[in-house]
Amino acid sequence: MSERTFKQVGTRPIRHDGVDKVTGRASYGADFSLPGMIHGAVVRSPHAHARIVSIDTSAAEAAPGVKAVITGEDIPETNAKLMLGEGAIDLHDIGDNAMAHAKVLYHGHSVAAVAAVTPQAARDAAALIKVVYDVLEPVTSVDRAMAPDAPILDDTMTTKGQPGANAPTNVAQRMELKRGDIAKGFAEADVVVEREFRTATVHQGYIEPHACVARYGEDGRAIVWCSTQGPFAVRDQCAAILSMDPANVKVIPSEIGGGFGGKIVVYLEPLAIALSRKAQRPVKMVMTRDEVFRATGPTSGTKIRMKIGAKRDGTIVAADASLYYEAGAYRGSPAGAGMMCAYAPYRIPNFAIEAFDIVVNKPKVAAYRAPGSPMAAFAIESVIDEIARQLKMDPIDLRIRNAAVEGDLAPYGPPYGPIGLKAMLEAARKHPHWTSPLGPNQGRGVACGFWFNAGMNSSASVTLNMDGSAAVVTGNPDIGGTRVAQALMVAEELGIPVERVRPGVADTDSSGFTDVTGGSRVCYATGMAVIKAAEDVREQLKARAAQIWKVDASAVKWEDGCAVPPSGVDKAEPMSVANLAAKLSHTGGPIIGRASLYAPMAGPGFGVHLCDLEVDPETGCSRIVRYTAFQDVGKAVHPSFVEGQIQGGAAQGIGWALNEEYVYDRNGVMENAGFLDYRMPVASDLPMLETVIFEVANPLHPYGVRGVGEVPIVPPLAAVANAMRDTTGIRFTELPLSPPRVLAALEQEREPVAAGANAAQAGRPGRS
Amino acid sequence: MATVYLPSGLTQYTGGVASVEIDAVSVSDALEMLAARFPPLAAHLADLAVAVDGDIYTQPGYQRVTPSSEIHLLPRIAGG
Repeated sequence: MSERTFKQVGTRPIRHDGVDKVTGRASYGADFSLPGMIHGAVVRSPHAHARIVSIDTSAAEAAPGVKAVITGEDIPETNAKLMLGEGAIDLHDIGDNAMAHAKVLYHGHSVAAVAAVTPQAARDAAALIKVVYDVLEPVTSVDRAMAPDAPILDDTMTTKGQPGANAPTNVAQRMELKRGDIAKGFAEADVVVEREFRTATVHQGYIEPHACVARYGEDGRAIVWCSTQGPFAVRDQCAAILSMDPANVKVIPSEIGGGFGGKIVVYLEPLAIALSRKAQRPVKMVMTRDEVFRATGPTSGTKIRMKIGAKRDGTIVAADASLYYEAGAYRGSPAGAGMMCAYAPYRIPNFAIEAFDIVVNKPKVAAYRAPGSPMAAFAIESVIDEIARQLKMDPIDLRIRNAAVEGDLAPYGPPYGPIGLKAMLEAARKHPHWTSPLGPNQGRGVACGFWFNAGMNSSASVTLNMDGSAAVVTGNPDIGGTRVAQALMVAEELGIPVERVRPGVADTDSSGFTDVTGGSRVCYATGMAVIKAAEDVREQLKARAAQIWKVDASAVKWEDGCAVPPSGVDKAEPMSVANLAAKLSHTGGPIIGRASLYAPMAGPGFGVHLCDLEVDPETGCSRIVRYTAFQDVGKAVHPSFVEGQIQGGAAQGIGWALNEEYVYDRNGVMENAGFLDYRMPVASDLPMLETVIFEVANPLHPYGVRGVGEVPIVPPLAAVANAMRDTTGIRFTELPLSPPRVLAALEQEREPVAAGANAAQAGRPGRS
Repeated sequence: MATVYLPSGLTQYTGGVASVEIDAVSVSDALEMLAARFPPLAAHLADLAVAVDGDIYTQPGYQRVTPSSEIHLLPRIAGG
């Protein structure tokens, strides 16, 4: 990676998709229509756990306007496996989740679907489908799921990672990491703190619901228009679930109104294709907000036991933790990632950590921005805060003492390359936010966070037009400003204005294979492919210039956007991209540059967040007074969108900390499946979130880029909780810190006898 | 020879052995040799990511390994 001076990378041009987005012209998943299109509606289970005894679709099939009805019989179970995101996915579970077969495993689980000429006709017909259930007791917590007498969701499930555990269980997997000797470590500690933490199920909260149109043709080919983070992932999942050749499935991604990991797995698309196949008409399906909450993929609720030991000087000597993560209806929680992230910011010589993936009767969890890491950070950063208080040590100083640096072994094994954590902690210590005075009922907290950042497969092409403008195309939907970043990269490499570069997102027939937009990988991995594709164009232009000048291509230099001839060539002047582009037809034809690569995960990211919180002692309501997020991004290609990613992640983490949770009744039915009662922060809830960008170059990327989007959701849960501790004197170990919970705890502090009845309802936070 | 480090959760399949020296030129060779040396481990290698000298590959295959390489086996993770 060079110490390069950039001309355009690092500037803040208006994004190419900006005007369409602010005028409402941008086309999202639900904005698409086709001639002859009909509409799909899904029948969903009213029970959290039940066997399907029978499904009678006859009345629906005879209803006015109905063109097709499907059940699990139309989508047979599959045992296919697929590499999706960064893991191998069992398509059986994704297929069964999209349409149940033998059992329904959560309230809202799909059991049938109808396609009819209008959305209302489809809904009316769906209501006529008669499903007979054998209702079973639901399991809605990890504690219940692990109880000896717990109902079992899948009686073929045994615990992977525990040989000899052969009885049916709800514990899908146990994982562990160890280093050193924790007994010896804790024996050496001067202070030991152990707490148990809980977080609730929360949703990514993307504003745009899932939506798609599918058209299945007489030739056996399907085209799907949809809102997705990964058109190739949609193609491959649908093909596997429906036993189709992927070559016969084309996916065209729309603009996407948020994903955060929740739009990688398919829900509607296989149903829409199956309905279209049966009806021989295009089928449109759009989820309601209620369906999004009940029947897509929130992230895990968790229980985490965290124990840390430190010496009097603040050196952490031992750590021991157990993580219990809800997977929802099928195996696959991010417990393993939480396990690997929990200790990542720190150098801990002796540690043990185990993680359990546990199925419960809730929607199958999906990825949510640094999946698994925020909850683990909530636990460890809260305990570290308590240790600092017991040692009467500045909480940032304690973190600086233990911060991982280059060469330290990550808890999951390999050594870190260059990382910016310690520098950010030192900067936070000196930042005016840390030392500014606080007002009444205000407190301050700090927390760190970590995420790996992915690499994986990416392809890109750069096309040069005869007027010297360029187009860059990838298969990555833009969820964070990556199109303008890609345009900046092409502009930088070719030396043309960024306004003369058109970035686009292509369908699966028009782009080289590309893994999903997710894992904070697009600016890094697809960006590398874009840079290489632009370099390819540049090399071809040099060859064309050489042809014009009648010299060897190796003698041609490239400077400031121009091919430069070697000295001594008669009548040879530098030629710009525009000059050369005008002569393409005369020198061999159009130029397209291309690149495909697999990028390793090698640019981990850290964040440090400072939070000032004010609590109203009469209502328990809190507001964020000031928030500063430090993050090492490697290289900010477009600083505005890097800042936007940091602010967006922080806002989601603040909502997770203060308000958001799935509220379930005793039957496993979600009670707050709407934005009114599932309360996410809106712009008026938060102050401007300040950002401080650090750039410690990622050595594997030509510009030093690291992934950005996921790290910022990791620290806020603990930063807010630590600020709450500072404000109220109460250590909350359960999220969210909603007004009822905070008020009950405050009242218990004030009048323990009078408030005793409320304490059980709101949890029992304890003084540290 | 390259050294392969196994996380503690996998050492139950290797009789407690946590690191192994392997004479391999690619990641896939290294994994095959591990499976041959520790047959109970074989079934658990398919779901892993592999780090070679700090670079993590979620689809381990023909990535080159040198005699001084440090190889770490770790669980695959998913981003969002």
